[in-house]
Amino acid sequence: MPKIKLAESTVKIIKDVCARFNNSEGELINVLHTVQHKLGYLPAEVQEVIAKELNTSVAKVYGVVTFYSYFSMIPKGEFPISICMGTACYVRGAEQVLSEFKRQLKVEVGESTSDGKFSLNCLRCVGACGLAPVVMIGEKVFGRVAPTQVKQIIAEYREGCSSEKAKSA
Amino acid sequence: MDTVQLIIDNKPIVVKKGITILEAAASAGIHIPTLCHMKLEDLNIENKPGGCRICVVEVKGRRNLAPACCTEVADGMEINSHSIRVINARQTVLELILSDHPADCLICAKSGKCDLQDLAHNMGIREIHYKGEQSTYREDTSPAIIRDVDKCIMCRRCEMMCNEVQTVGVLSAINRGFTAVVAPAFEMNLDHSVCTYCGQCVAVCPTGALTEVDQTSHVIKALSDPTKTVVVQTAPAVRAALGEMFGMEPGTLVTGKLVAALRRLGFDYVFDTDFAADLTIMEEGTELLNRLTRFLNGDKDVNLPILTSCCPAWVKFFEHQFPQLKDIPSTARSPQQMFGSIAKSYFAEKMKISREDLVVVSIMPCVAKKYECGRDEFKVNGNPDVDYAITTRELAGLITLANINFNRLPDEEFDLPLGESSGAGVIFGTTGGVIEAAVRTAYELHTKKPLPRIDFTELRGMDGIRQATIDFGGFPLNIGIAHGLGNARRLLEKIESGESEFHAIEIMSCPGGCIGGGGQPYHHGDVEVLKKRQKAIYREDSMKKIRKSHENPYIIQLYEEYLGKPMSEKAHHLLHTAYFDRT
Repeated sequence: MPKIKLAESTVKIIKDVCARFNNSEGELINVLHTVQHKLGYLPAEVQEVIAKELNTSVAKVYGVVTFYSYFSMIPKGEFPISICMGTACYVRGAEQVLSEFKRQLKVEVGESTSDGKFSLNCLRCVGACGLAPVVMIGEKVFGRVAPTQVKQIIAEYREGCSSEKAKSA
Repeated sequence: MDTVQLIIDNKPIVVKKGITILEAAASAGIHIPTLCHMKLEDLNIENKPGGCRICVVEVKGRRNLAPACCTEVADGMEINSHSIRVINARQTVLELILSDHPADCLICAKSGKCDLQDLAHNMGIREIHYKGEQSTYREDTSPAIIRDVDKCIMCRRCEMMCNEVQTVGVLSAINRGFTAVVAPAFEMNLDHSVCTYCGQCVAVCPTGALTEVDQTSHVIKALSDPTKTVVVQTAPAVRAALGEMFGMEPGTLVTGKLVAALRRLGFDYVFDTDFAADLTIMEEGTELLNRLTRFLNGDKDVNLPILTSCCPAWVKFFEHQFPQLKDIPSTARSPQQMFGSIAKSYFAEKMKISREDLVVVSIMPCVAKKYECGRDEFKVNGNPDVDYAITTRELAGLITLANINFNRLPDEEFDLPLGESSGAGVIFGTTGGVIEAAVRTAYELHTKKPLPRIDFTELRGMDGIRQATIDFGGFPLNIGIAHGLGNARRLLEKIESGESEFHAIEIMSCPGGCIGGGGQPYHHGDVEVLKKRQKAIYREDSMKKIRKSHENPYIIQLYEEYLGKPMSEKAHHLLHTAYFDRT
C-alpha cells in the first residue's frame, strides 16, 4: 500500500489522544476508537504513531485493528453505507440488500468506490429491528429496504444530494 | 507455605497453593497432554493462552471441562485427567485443529519433530471427521526463516517469544476467525520487518509453520564439486547438542564424533569456530584494554561499557532499536565471520587456493548466522567470507542422509591450523562465556601476571541479567551479562539513563546463549536440556590443555606470520566491522 506522510497537525491529534489515555497500552482499543472517530480511518502510518506513543509494537496495534471489524484502514466514503446484518435484518433479507449494494457500487465489503463517494460496511444490530432490514447511510436510517430500492437510494446521493442529509461519521 | 489437598485420578496429593492443575498433575507423575502451553522454568518464559484446549480435564462439580494449564488448583478438587468425556473432547479438539492443517507430513520439514504430529499419534487419531476449508496463505521466505502459516495452529508461542522474551515485537496474531494468522505488522514479509532472525520463534514452534531456510542442498553441491576445496567450521554449542539428534542424553559431548562425521561427509578440512573465538578474544580483549586505558588516563569521551558483538541477532537488534548506541559495541566481527575472513585470506594464501575455489561452510546453533554471512560488508567482490551457514539440525539431517552411523563413529581431531582452540573459545557457546574468555586474556595482558584462577564462576549461571566485579590488578572491573534480547534491552536502557556502571557487557540473544540457539535440536520446553548443554560446555573447557585464548599456539603463529598484532591495520581490515542505523 502506498506510504502517506502524516501532517504535523494529524500527528499532534494522535499524540493528544494517546496522552488523554495516559499513553497506556491497556487503553489501545479506546485510543483506536477515538483516533478513527477524528481521522475517519486508521492507515499504517497512524498505527505506527500510536504504537510508539503507547510503547507497544506496531504488530500488536495492527493485530487489534484487524481483529475488530469496526476499525478500518481504508478511508470511509463521503457517504458511508452500513448494512445491518443482525439476526432480524438477516432473516428479513439483508444479505440480498447487501449484494445489490455490492453490484450497484462494484465494491466489496470494507471498500470504497473509486470516486470516494461511497464506502460499504456491515454492522451488527442498530437497535431498530422493527424496521428490518435496516441500512444506514451516514447517520440516516433507511428501514424495510428492498433490493429493488437500492438503485434509487444510491442515485439520490449521487445526484447532488447534499451531504447534510447524511453527515459522515 | 500454603498448601491445598486434592485428588487426581484417585490419587490424593498435597500441593502448593496457586499452582495449576497441570503442574499439580506433573508433581504426582501424571502426564497431561498439552499443545500451546510451554514453560521454561527459571528463565521466566511461559506461554499459556489456554487456547488449544488439548489439556482439558474433568473437575468434579464443574459443568464444563477445565484447561489444566491455566486452572488453579483448589482445596478438595477431584480431577479426572483421562475420563471418556475428557478423551472424547481432546480427540474432537485435535480433529478440528487438523481439519484445516495441510496433510503433507511425509515431506514436511518438521516431520518427526512435530508436537502436533506426536499428539495426533498419541491420541490415536486415524480419521479426521471434519473436512474443513484449507487456508492458502503465501509463504514468506527471508534470509534465515521461512513462515508457512498454513501450518500455524495459533498456539502463540512465537508471539510470546518475539514480544515478551525478546521484545522485538515483529510477530502478532492478526485478523480473526478462519483468516487469523500470526504475522508481522501490515502482513509485510519478515525481511522488511525489524526481525533479528534470532530464531526463538522457530525454536518453540510446535509445527512446521516456522522453520529455518534449509541450505543443505547447497552444501552437498559444493562437496561434490571436484574444483572446490570445502572447509568447515563448527561453533562451540554444536558439540554439546548434536548428540541429542541421534538419541544421546542431553549434555553428551560429541566433539570427536562431530569431526569424524564432517570428514566422512567429504569436507577437505575440518576446522573449529573455537579457533576464531580465540581470535575474537585477542581483538575484542585488546579493544577493551585500549578503551579501559584511555578511561583510566582520564579520557571522558571513551565509549564504555564495551558491548560484545559476536551475536548477529543482537547486532541487528541494536541497529534497529538502539542505533544511537552503535558506536559502543566492539567492532570485532563475530567468530563465524573472523573464521571466514581468515580462511579466505591467510589459509587460502598458505594453501595456494584462489578465493573463488574455496568454499567455507559453518555449522551453527543459530539461524541468524545465515543472515549474517549474507551481509554485504562480509563479502569481497561479491564473494562471501562464509558461503553457507547450516544449523545443528541441518547437519544431523546431512549425516543421516549420508548414511553415517553417528553413534559408532570414532573420536577424531580437528585439522590444523584453524582447528586448534583453547577452553576460552569453547565457552563462547554459553551465556557468560564470551566475557569470561575475555577476562582470562585481558587480565593477563593488563596486569602482566598469571591469573590466580581460571574459572570465574561468578560470571556463570542462567539468570537473565547478571553482574560481577572482577579485581583487575587493583581496578574493579564491572561486568554485566544479559541473555535474551528483552534482558539486553533492560540493560541498554540502564546504560542510556546513565544508571549503569559497567565497563564491559556480554549480550547473547537466545535464552541460555548459543546452547539455546534457534538452530539447535528442539528442547520441546524442557529447560533441563539447556542446563545440561551448558554443563557440557564447561566440562569441555576444563578438559582442555590450553584454557586462555592468547596461549593458543596457532593464534600466536597467525599474528606472527600474517596479522602483526591485535588491532593492527591488517587485523582491522580483516577482523573488524561497522554497524548501521536501520531505523
